[in-house]
Amino acid sequence: MKRTLARKEFRSLFAAPSTWWMLALLQLIFAWFFLARLDDYLQVQAQLAQMGNAPGATISIAAPLSGVLALVLMMLIPLFTMRLIAEERRNQTWILLATAPLTAADIVLGKYLGLLAALTIIVATCALMMAALALGTHADFGLIASNLMGVWLLAASYAALGLYFSSLTRQPVAAAFGALAVSFGLWLLELSSAPLRALSPNVHFQALNMGLVSTADLVYFALFITAFLLLAMRRIRRERGGR
Amino acid sequence: MTSSITLSAQHLTRHHGKLCVVDDVSLELRRGEVLGLLGHNGAGKSTTLQMLAGALPPGSGHIDICDFDLARQAGLAKACIGFLPEHPPLYRDMRVDDYLLFAARLHHVPEKHLAEYLALAKQRCGLSDCGQKLIGTLSKGYQQRTGIAQAIIHQPPVVILDEPTVGLDPAQIRDIRALIRALGDSSSVILSTHLLHEVENICDRAVILQQGKVIFSGSIEELRRHSDIESSFIRLTAAQPEEIQP
Repeated sequence: MKRTLARKEFRSLFAAPSTWWMLALLQLIFAWFFLARLDDYLQVQAQLAQMGNAPGATISIAAPLSGVLALVLMMLIPLFTMRLIAEERRNQTWILLATAPLTAADIVLGKYLGLLAALTIIVATCALMMAALALGTHADFGLIASNLMGVWLLAASYAALGLYFSSLTRQPVAAAFGALAVSFGLWLLELSSAPLRALSPNVHFQALNMGLVSTADLVYFALFITAFLLLAMRRIRRERGGR
Repeated sequence: MTSSITLSAQHLTRHHGKLCVVDDVSLELRRGEVLGLLGHNGAGKSTTLQMLAGALPPGSGHIDICDFDLARQAGLAKACIGFLPEHPPLYRDMRVDDYLLFAARLHHVPEKHLAEYLALAKQRCGLSDCGQKLIGTLSKGYQQRTGIAQAIIHQPPVVILDEPTVGLDPAQIRDIRALIRALGDSSSVILSTHLLHEVENICDRAVILQQGKVIFSGSIEELRRHSDIESSFIRLTAAQPEEIQP
């Protein structure tokens, strides 16, 4: 069941021209940023060569690129998640899922996995760009991998958050703005002091961004995703009159 | 599954805010029977059907589909239902075939039977030539047919149709009525309409709703017995003194 739904979500995402436009635009932004960083790096390369423990190409180019990708995905994912439930409600197609023999978990996980597959493709295209560094220099693949993992986990977290907001309303725009507002708020928490700061997904992303893979961060992302998926399931179960 | 009663609803009520939309409605549907739910606009027909299909939880009352409790065994009960809501739940950016296959998979049709079920549903609804068309490009009549095909593709024992003939031209209405009659041979069908002659033509039994209450329930013959069917409908629905007829 989850597979049927996931496949349908994935296909309908890529049936929409707007998705392709967004992907193309994303590639343009990344390529531009990638080349700009590469340019900067080449200019200071001579000075870097004289330093003892100079930063390499990967940390100067791939790591900031992941940071940009994380920020762009934060703004972009609500546009994808608003379609998942809120738009189905508004288009009156939700009733097909509501009257089909599906549990709330089937619906939420099916839709989530479909979106996650699409997001994986976005991250993968970016990964190719980073891997292109290997053509000219000795790329640090460990750092690239931890960066990609961070971006992917961050995207999965924003997708779960967006899916929850999508389940709350029948107004796609309200769902998108709600998710965006909360993601932005969580992002700003990064600037606050110790206990609150730990709530920000960005703080946990930064460790991965620097190449530090720690269990605490992975557990944080897993909890974040699980919590919002469970909330979305609960909301749908309530709506159908269950407990 | 052995009992001949495929759908049984007891004492359903539903409130929208303070307004009571459905008030103590009980229905029974037997295998091979076509039941017409008749009433004016706003009489509670769609709300009743949505509750029967499991789209809306009833405020109180109890629904059994093929001996499965719709509230407790939702998955099993819902697998026995095909539902066409008032607005067909169509994804405009999907092709007819993909959409119908999606609906079939959602209702647990085994992979090996998919092609066969798809062909049969399309043939019954006159969609055989439309498989590769995008749903958004179809005319209203064909969209309605796609909606009906979606409701019957998994060959459910209970088919619930909310105003199935709305928006169709006379020839299409004739085809759809013939289809509903044919469905009535193998499954039980419950349909809502505000057209009297539709009930007279295709239904075995009729239930008339007025302001959320059942004011008549019986066979078409009984309804006919009160002289002519049209006047009996008007007489029944006008019997409520607080009702102001426009």
